[in-house]
Order: sequence, then structure tokens, then C-alpha cells
Amino acid sequence: MSGVATGPSMGRVNSPAASTAVPATPSQARYEPPRFSARGPISSALLEALGRGIREAGESLGGLEHSTREAIAASPDVIRDDDLQLSLLILHGLHYGGVVDSDDDWEWHPALVAARVAIERAFEAELRRQVPVPELPNPSSEDVAAALFELTKPTPGPSLSRYVARKASEEQLREYLVLRSIYTLKEADAQTWAVPRLQGRAKAALMEIQTDEYGAGDPERMHSAIFARAMRGLGLDDRYGTYIDCVPAVTIASFTMMTMFGFNRSLRGATAGHFSAYEMTSSIPNRYLAQGVRRLGFGDDIAWYFDEHVEADSVHEQIAGRDLSGGLAEAEPSLLADIMWGANCSLIVDGWGSAEALACWEAGRSALRMPLPSGAER
Amino acid sequence: MTGRPPTIIACPNGPLLVRGDAALETPDGEPIDRHGRNTVALCRCGASAIKPFCDGTHKMTGFRSDD
Repeated sequence: MSGVATGPSMGRVNSPAASTAVPATPSQARYEPPRFSARGPISSALLEALGRGIREAGESLGGLEHSTREAIAASPDVIRDDDLQLSLLILHGLHYGGVVDSDDDWEWHPALVAARVAIERAFEAELRRQVPVPELPNPSSEDVAAALFELTKPTPGPSLSRYVARKASEEQLREYLVLRSIYTLKEADAQTWAVPRLQGRAKAALMEIQTDEYGAGDPERMHSAIFARAMRGLGLDDRYGTYIDCVPAVTIASFTMMTMFGFNRSLRGATAGHFSAYEMTSSIPNRYLAQGVRRLGFGDDIAWYFDEHVEADSVHEQIAGRDLSGGLAEAEPSLLADIMWGANCSLIVDGWGSAEALACWEAGRSALRMPLPSGAER
Repeated sequence: MTGRPPTIIACPNGPLLVRGDAALETPDGEPIDRHGRNTVALCRCGASAIKPFCDGTHKMTGFRSDD
């Protein structure tokens, strides 16, 4: 990039003096009604404020941090709290974009940052209460990788992916994609927050994986784009947010957890361990999912997403175990416990969501919190 | 091409992780499609369904590389 203004400019150098002399454009309150509903007082206050634009609503949010703290204190379990998990998804969405289409300036509004941090601290504390730290290996790359592979080793018996392979109906496959879409339409973005928070071998390893996740320069191969294509192929709407109402809190928590891990430097150990476990539990389930897709008569275009992950994640799991988590443990041995804990968080929290969906299907019920919105299917 | 000399990591109880400019070819000299991936994992347990690439099956068969 040169310093010359290239837009609809006057064809002259845009000096700092010239740009400060230009009056600020009045902030246009951009807003589109969200495609989902509030689940309690905090998410309701957030959606209401975002709908009014930052200038009008900014001052009315003075009490948000206090009411958020009250909601946290009253919540029996922040991990499964619909209102708090949806609120955190909305607040993280201000950084990602695409959750609520609102004024960009909301991103760093102090009242919203305070509410996000309050929910994240309570969420992390609850995760530390409910998810144990596994036995710690030596902080060497080989030992950490071996311990993570041991922790994540395939288990026999019923699983959501085996159910999809053998028994799921087309409607259940659609439900599966809806549940996955909360994270997967933003696949890899949650971990990218961690890139500048890591150094050396761990940073290089994360980028080696992310390059592949983002399609190695080809936007069509980006994993989130391949997933969106599978959604469209099954007649689903691939816009983020269409199905948030359908998804239970624990599924939202899987995504807000990984965003929180990536977004907080203090949790860089957890993000490395979480991502490693996520990759290590991906290639075999994705093979089952691809089998289910083909059993139901869909072709390679829909199965592509799952086929891609069989091959890609067999690479990623080695890099993640040895170089991301192993490299980080060698560089910063004090993070070892968080690396192993983050891995367990992935297994346990994602496992809760999968177990609940499987129990619903086996009982002949929908795994969704409410039916798919009418007209959302194409 | 990455401009990086090839390296092969023999992952314990797992695949061969290949980085850098290694040409993958069939016995007839035909290039094997790396599907756009700079780093690939080659099966060494023999059980992969997507050979020459690894598909993680070694974790189900209990493959040991004894290294």
C-alpha cells in the first residue's frame, strides 16, 4: 500500500493534516433485526441497545455490568445458562461480525466490554469447577503429544457420528448441520485470535494449521465456506444467526468457550490444548459423517466438508499435538496444566452437546431447542 | 512449491509428516494431488482408506511404530 489516497479521492497525498481536517462522518446507526430472540434480561438488554444505535443507547447501558453480575450470581450453571451464553455469543459477535448487524462502534463500547469480561470470568470459573485437569505429562513435545493422543483416543460405543453414519434421517442430518453451524460457519476464526498471543514454534504451528483451514489462498476451499456449501446443499440457510434460536445453550457454550480461550492471553495454554483435542477427535468422526451423507443419497459436493476433514485433520492433529501444544509446553512449562485442561474442556463440553443430541434422537425427539424457522430452508 | 527443503517427521505411532518441496508421485511418475496442502501426512500403518494419506485409522488399530 502506498500513502496515496486511491478511493474516490482528489488525487493527492492524503496527509495526516488533511485527514484530521475532514469532519467525521456522522455515525450511521446500522442495524438489521436479528434472526433470533433474546433468552432473558441480559440478552434482551443487549439486543434492545444494539437496535437503537450507539449514540442513543450508549448511556442507557450504565447498569448493564451490574445486571450482568446479578444474573451471573443467580445462575446455577453459567455453562448451560441460555441468557448468559446467548449474551456472550452476541458480545463475541461484535468482534467477529455477522451475529447482530449493528453499528461497528459497539465493538469496544466500555459497558459491553465490561459485560463480556464479567461473563467470561464466571464462565471460566465454572469450567474450572466442572472440568478436571488430567494427569500431567513431562513438559516435552513428545510427552505432551503422547498424553493428548491418549486423552483423546477413540472410544467404542454409541456416538453422534456413528448414529449419523448408520441411522440418521435426512431431517436429523439437517439438525446436525444446524448444531454444528454455530461454530463451523466461523471455523478456525476462534483460534486465530490466539496467533498474536503465541510466539515461536507454537505460533508457527498454529499458522501452519490455519493456512489449511483458510483454504491456502483459495476462498472456495476455506473450511467455513465448504461447510456453508454443505448447508445450502441440504436446503439450509447459510447466513450466520438464522438458527441460533434452535440451538441449546450448551452448544453455544462450545463456541463461546473456544472464542474466550483464543481471545484471552491468560488462556493461551487452554486454546492450544483445546484446539489439539478438537483436531485429534475429528478425522475418524468425520469419516462416519461422510458415510451418513452418502447413505442418505447425497453426493461428493455435500460430503466434501467431511471428506476434507478426514485428510486435513490427520495432518493437523500431529502439528497441534507436537508443535502447538508440545512446543508451547516446552517454551512455557507453567502453561502445561492449562494445555491439558483446555484439551479436557473440548472433550467434556463438546461431549455434553453431542450426548444430549444423541439422547434426543434415540428417544425419537428433535435435538433442536425449537423447530427450524419456517422459510429458513430454501 | 514452498521453496523449503523437504523434511519428514516420523510421528510416533502415527504417520509420516511431510513438509516442504517433496514431490509425491505414483509409481508411473504421475503427480499425486496434495489437495492444496503444504504439509501432508502419509500413512505408515497400512490401514488408511485414503492412501497414501493418513486418515487417523492407526488410532483405532493400535498401530505401534516402536520408535
